[in-house]
Amino acid sequence: MKVLVTVKRVIDANVKARVKPDQTGVDLANVKMSMNPFDEIAVEEAVRMKEKGLATEVVVVSIGVTQAQETIRTALAMGADRGILVQTDGEPPEPLAVAKLLKAVVAEEAPNLVLMGKQAIDGDNNATGQMLAALLGWPQATFASKIELNGDKATVIREVDGGLQTLEVNLPAVITADLRLNEPRYASLPNIMKAKKKEIAVKTTADYGVDIVPRLKVVKVSEPAKRQAGIKVESAADLVMKLKNEAGVL
Amino acid sequence: MAVLVIADHHDGHLRDTTHKTVTAAQALSGDIDILVAGVKLDGAAAEAAKIAGVRKVLTADSEALGNGLAEAYEALVVGLMGGYDAVLTPSTSMGKNFSPRIAASLDVAQISDVVEVVDANTFVRPIYAGNALETVQSSDAKKVITVRPTVFKAAGEGGSASIEKVDPTAASGGARFVSEEMVKSNRPELGAAKIVVSGGRAMGSAEEFQRVIEPLADLLGAAVGASRAAVDAGYAPNDYQVGQTGKVVAPDAYIAIGISGAIQHLAGMKDSKVIVAINKDSDAPIFQVADYGLVADYKTAIPELMEALKTAGK
Repeated sequence: MKVLVTVKRVIDANVKARVKPDQTGVDLANVKMSMNPFDEIAVEEAVRMKEKGLATEVVVVSIGVTQAQETIRTALAMGADRGILVQTDGEPPEPLAVAKLLKAVVAEEAPNLVLMGKQAIDGDNNATGQMLAALLGWPQATFASKIELNGDKATVIREVDGGLQTLEVNLPAVITADLRLNEPRYASLPNIMKAKKKEIAVKTTADYGVDIVPRLKVVKVSEPAKRQAGIKVESAADLVMKLKNEAGVL
Repeated sequence: MAVLVIADHHDGHLRDTTHKTVTAAQALSGDIDILVAGVKLDGAAAEAAKIAGVRKVLTADSEALGNGLAEAYEALVVGLMGGYDAVLTPSTSMGKNFSPRIAASLDVAQISDVVEVVDANTFVRPIYAGNALETVQSSDAKKVITVRPTVFKAAGEGGSASIEKVDPTAASGGARFVSEEMVKSNRPELGAAKIVVSGGRAMGSAEEFQRVIEPLADLLGAAVGASRAAVDAGYAPNDYQVGQTGKVVAPDAYIAIGISGAIQHLAGMKDSKVIVAINKDSDAPIFQVADYGLVADYKTAIPELMEALKTAGK
């Protein structure tokens, strides 16, 4: 079984995003970039499938600027077998365009499973996996916290509002990872060295003939209204009095 | 232009996320229809028909829709979209699951988690965990939108729309519902509660979380929330999580106990009307957003707080 995993190069999860003064976007100059945390979980899951003998090959795909090769390299160091970068310039393409490019990669690679993060922490769209599934006409299982493969099916426990839902999907399918699916490993030094020798094929959007012109025009990016810090109260009794009489919320 | 709102309902009743999504839809068009899909539709459809300004309520009865299967929603809604210029869904876990499928199938962008409708083509949405707001203009002929319900007021009642059955289009069937395990609780739902009491990593254990947070929540008639750190440490179940990757809440009062206030947590609660923070670290970032801060160890502060609440008649 072949597993395709997608990774996106985004601002590091521990860095606070700052809006550019001219409101054209978020300032990413000299900011630490890393693999999208949900994608890291997806990579880990794919590598574990390979270690258990369930997957024969793990192919990692990224769509983005040339530096996204470093993100792919990280996934290769975690244990993925080879990488594909579909190189784009400038702003990352929208989820629909990414889904179309991934559909073209799927057509070439013919994986049995596509594993993705449930959302990227920059655009916060939570859409690309679902869109890819729709374009392929495949079933989907989003927000996975447990995946069990059994032959040509997968049983997936999903995190939904109010609890957990279990779905069974026919393969091939798209599964997106939620936080508690696993805890991604740190790549060991020998594996980082080994990853340097693994193959990354670099393609362009033109290779796939996909139109990636944005459908949404970004008018501006602004900073949300700041909440003012309030007051410190002296005691629990003081707090209750203020909540009751001043704030009127009790 | 006509717009379709997809209802969020449970057990014969509409959730108020539906009313809030209708408010967002009103900024787009006066011709609003509501789709109530799934099972046990009569009660929810009757409630939807009463929402002020609703033109028509459509019901689609099927198990697959009741289980929220994205493939089923895609087939049904794409079939209906001939008559609509936009479809709006509350961004619940179910809405987030199926809405992008509809968008891709219609070959349009999804405008995710909208917090403001500027005009029929222009929308504001949070990005980077709410650290930035993006204003986008859509050039697509049809708009597929998910709405962050907590920021919109609920649409009022007073309507008397007609109710019409539609055929629940059969989906390909590549996905099957097996089971679900919902957390049973007598407390209000996290997303809808007037007061939320949340605990953080300072609790130190699941037992302590239950011992400290839950009685306070029950005394206040509040829902229970938790920080990601508390959930990751196993102190609280994952559906308690408030934050960018969990639930976004905006109650009248949000009481954060032993929560430091990581960016991703703040993204989930900073629109609350009143924020209360109790933390023994006076430098904790949570105090920068709190209306009322109490610098104290929760171990002594919470019993005192409960005592004071009881004295105040709670």
